[in-house]
Amino acid sequence: MALIIVKNCTSEVGIGSEPESETPMQDLRSNLSLPPVVSTFVEPLPRSPIEALLSVFTRRLVARRPDLLRRLGAIVHVPIAIVPDDMPHAFLLSLNADNSRVSICEKSEIDDAEAVIRAPFLVLLGLLDGTYDGDALFFSRDLRIEGRTEYVLALRNTLEEANLTSGEFFGLTGVSARWVDDITRSLLAQARSLASLSADWGNTASGQRS
Amino acid sequence: MELVCPAGTPAALRAAADAGADAIYCGFADETNARNFPGLNFSPEELSVSVAYAHERGAKVLVAINTFAQAGSTDLWTKAVDNAAACGADAIIAADIAVLDHAATRHPDVRLHLSVQAAANTPEAIRFYTETFGVRRVVLPRVFSVNEIAALNREIDVETEVFVFGGLCVMTEGRCSLSSYATGKSPNLTGVCSPPDHVDYAEDETGRMKARLGGFTIDCFERGEPAGYPTLCKGRFSAMGHSGYLFEDPVSLNAFELLEELAKAGVTALKIEGRQRGKAYIASVVSAFRKAVDGLSGGADASAAISALKAMSEGGQQTTGSYRKTWR
Repeated sequence: MALIIVKNCTSEVGIGSEPESETPMQDLRSNLSLPPVVSTFVEPLPRSPIEALLSVFTRRLVARRPDLLRRLGAIVHVPIAIVPDDMPHAFLLSLNADNSRVSICEKSEIDDAEAVIRAPFLVLLGLLDGTYDGDALFFSRDLRIEGRTEYVLALRNTLEEANLTSGEFFGLTGVSARWVDDITRSLLAQARSLASLSADWGNTASGQRS
Repeated sequence: MELVCPAGTPAALRAAADAGADAIYCGFADETNARNFPGLNFSPEELSVSVAYAHERGAKVLVAINTFAQAGSTDLWTKAVDNAAACGADAIIAADIAVLDHAATRHPDVRLHLSVQAAANTPEAIRFYTETFGVRRVVLPRVFSVNEIAALNREIDVETEVFVFGGLCVMTEGRCSLSSYATGKSPNLTGVCSPPDHVDYAEDETGRMKARLGGFTIDCFERGEPAGYPTLCKGRFSAMGHSGYLFEDPVSLNAFELLEELAKAGVTALKIEGRQRGKAYIASVVSAFRKAVDGLSGGADASAAISALKAMSEGGQQTTGSYRKTWR
């Protein structure tokens, strides 16, 4: 039997037959994307203070948890772009022991990134705190990755171990951490409900138009 | 039946223990285990703390040292066995006879489980491992029907463990070299099938995604089409005028409906695949199968919890695999 594997394929040869799928997976992308009004609201916000805050808290997290840097391995110093589909900007993340940094940039300005992670904003937050499984999101195409796959995996697995609740990210402990975590969890649940409602409304509206 | 659950990080191990695992398997962050991916696995210090956490909750910890030691350089594997024993592991899961011999000789008090990587699928092969190394449990390759497992169990005097959920191989565990043809690395020797430093994805403006391994395009997914792992065995190819998944579809195992039959077939332990998966997968799959196993002895119905696991499955598809060999 002759097999054809297509190197760097540019055509359909050897690829593209329909899978024998039984039931399509739930399309989270349509359910967890924030309504466009959120992006419109976020766009004019000043980037510098947000960048500074995110960078400071990330540096403090890395200083508190040296085990995370060990787990990151070769990804240290490597810029990774995180691109929320439903937000106006992208985040460039660079992690290392001395000068971890989070930059906010235009989505067209991520050429320096060694790897790119794309997903709706709420999905990305759910990956940070372990609400969602990264592989399942990849299977459903809610999460897309480009560039150096090994860096994305190292980051994902490190975040899994980080247990990155908002309280942990802000360096809180005890009652204050639990209080912040509870509030964040409640806000995220409401945001997900809102996104889902918005998606349902959008689907209904498009159905009525067609 | 014992529920054996995966953990790729200490956080995942805690999630598995909290979700009701009877035993949790994991590995060191090196080439000694078959899930040697970046950012994954345990240092000896992390394993020691994790064993204590699991034991406090009544769960055992099984350490997979299940790749094949490299000729002339077995120190990494023997050291891993020594570390696992020192950390208080309840069992070592191994396939290589040098590793099994070292464990049996130096750490006779630590249980030995034969890894699926050994691909022991005959009474004769299994007896060799039990009689030579004192192996107490055999993880069966995913090639048997339930009836064949029952027949095998009648001929051997050792515990058997079978996979019930998660990723599937093309059923030549321990003998598959497909990945090494494209990348030079394989699960058997370096612990990685489709090593991520040889994988890349590219999505065009239409949302069509190409998955490449070692520079070879092995699949393309249209916008919104469920994707699978970038392994050659699950690539789409053309052969003799037909295009499609020649070896295996992107699909995950789910043997929930066969649990009662597996119990009757004499199976001791049920294994969930997925050390590379996140806490969300671990928590939902382990708790669903905990409910399912408890349901066999009069507990609550687990059907709804098991149905919800479909979203966790590769390509959004599930199969009972070889347990029901519908192709025969």
